[in-house]
Amino acid sequence: MIDRRRWLSGLAAAAMGALLAGCDKLTMNPVVQQGLAMAEGLTRRAQRLVVDRKALAQEFSPAEISPDFRANGSTAPGDPEYRALVEAGFADWKLVVDGLVERPLSLSLAELRAQPARTQITRHDCVEGWSAIGQWSGARLGPLLDRAGLKESARYIVFHCADTLDPNAPAALGRYYESIDLIDAYHPQSILAYDMNGAPLAVKHGAPLRLRVERQLGYKHAKYVMRIEAVADLAGIGGGKGGFWEDRGYEWYAGI
Amino acid sequence: MPPPRTFVRRHGLTTRLTHWINAAALLVLLLSGLQIFNAHPALYWGDVSTFARPWVAMVAAERGGEAVGITKLGPAMFETTGVLGFSGNEVRGFPSWATLPSYRSLADGRRWHFAFAWLFVVNGLVYLGAGLIGGHFRRDLLPGRDQLAPRHLLREIVDHARLRFAKGEAARRYNALQKLAYLAVIFVLLPMMVLTGLSMSPGMNAGFPWLPELFGGRQSARTLHFISASLIVLFAVVHLAMVLLSGPVNGLRSMITGKFAIREDAR
Ligand code: HEM
Repeated sequence: MIDRRRWLSGLAAAAMGALLAGCDKLTMNPVVQQGLAMAEGLTRRAQRLVVDRKALAQEFSPAEISPDFRANGSTAPGDPEYRALVEAGFADWKLVVDGLVERPLSLSLAELRAQPARTQITRHDCVEGWSAIGQWSGARLGPLLDRAGLKESARYIVFHCADTLDPNAPAALGRYYESIDLIDAYHPQSILAYDMNGAPLAVKHGAPLRLRVERQLGYKHAKYVMRIEAVADLAGIGGGKGGFWEDRGYEWYAGI
Repeated sequence: MPPPRTFVRRHGLTTRLTHWINAAALLVLLLSGLQIFNAHPALYWGDVSTFARPWVAMVAAERGGEAVGITKLGPAMFETTGVLGFSGNEVRGFPSWATLPSYRSLADGRRWHFAFAWLFVVNGLVYLGAGLIGGHFRRDLLPGRDQLAPRHLLREIVDHARLRFAKGEAARRYNALQKLAYLAVIFVLLPMMVLTGLSMSPGMNAGFPWLPELFGGRQSARTLHFISASLIVLFAVVHLAMVLLSGPVNGLRSMITGKFAIREDAR
């Protein structure tokens, strides 16, 4: 009796193991991956179809601001160039805007603060599942791009960051970066935030400048932004998928 | 000699097809959902995560030099080593046998989840459309007036508790409890999964801010998504138990071929 029970549970465990291994094998199969990835395009098109391109993300009242806004990804970048910027209080920091633009820019923080600005209290949704509400003030991305003058061929805006999030990867793949398309770049709530909850951005939240793209998940909101590049396609940058996490299997369209 | 049996046509082709697609989709959605859950195995009420006060959380802790899994339910704590919080020598919410893929990969879990969410929704719409047009809901799922009489319901509850299943004429239609359970799953629980799922989408939020508000905020929607998924599991367990107890061969055959055997003996 005991023997039979042990034999049966062994059999069940073996069947379960085979099933799990089978599912893992499927997950790693490139054809399956491609099939599953088709859902992303479907989701992006469907959401763009039913949500107006100018529709605003929900905004909240000051009383709803989270006292415990969590920081994810890099929280204290060790990159020497970035450390030097922090030491100097970002006095020598400049934001570069280049790529497919008519007039490349190089702006100090003071110049950015003089740009058309927007303040918004929004909910930040991390891909891990948690949410927090914060107030963000920053330069609106649209007017800034207009000032640089996008060329006809520009399709995406790439954000190059100061932090190395994966020190074990080759340099071009270990650095954080992100990208959005022009619909999101020109959305009224897309800003380059320099203030959070009324104070200059803390290092763990991306000082001195981070992106806010309120209709997408947290990993799109690149921190420690150093350079904004307008490009025609994403193939030549990083791992070619449009962002640090995208190169590691996450969706480029992070609207859900 | 076994009592004579006659075959009745029980399930239409659409019902049978969508049933099995739905079962497969739900299984993938459940396992990939638990993979997603494991990225932050804690749930909250309201719009945001009150990190210090989740209503449920799975964590790992050290006790006597060994890692243990702990599940917190409000202020209560339970040791759940091997299943929740810590299993297979790893800090993880749900164990590897309950997630897709079995190893930790939020990215892959999300890919499976959203691909099968599409399949689940399209399949569900086909089923709903066919059921409305073909009269399946009215004819087969809406309880008859006689079935809803308190005395009848009471007797069904007693019959269920004694595991006595309908025979003969009475077996030609679903019993009332069965109908009510199916209706609740089809028109409450499954739509709830879709709506709470979409409520968690920041993209959908911009177009439909009332969506998360309907459920009390995004984190409440995540909580309700989890609770509804748990209720689906509960339904599936009871559903499978009923199939096993009431004659698995006949039940399975009817959902595959459409033919259901009825034994003509007096009860
Ligand atoms: C159209 C249908 C669905 C959509 C759009 C959807 C969407 C989502 C989303 C966005 C998450 C991530 C939550 C997070 O950020 O942590 C999630 C998690 C999850 N889903 Fe779904 N889902 C759907 C259907 C289902 C179904 C049918 C089931 C179960 C059978 C399911 C089970 C789960 C579970 C267990 C989780 C993890 C726990 C949680 O976060 O609530 N989902 N789903």
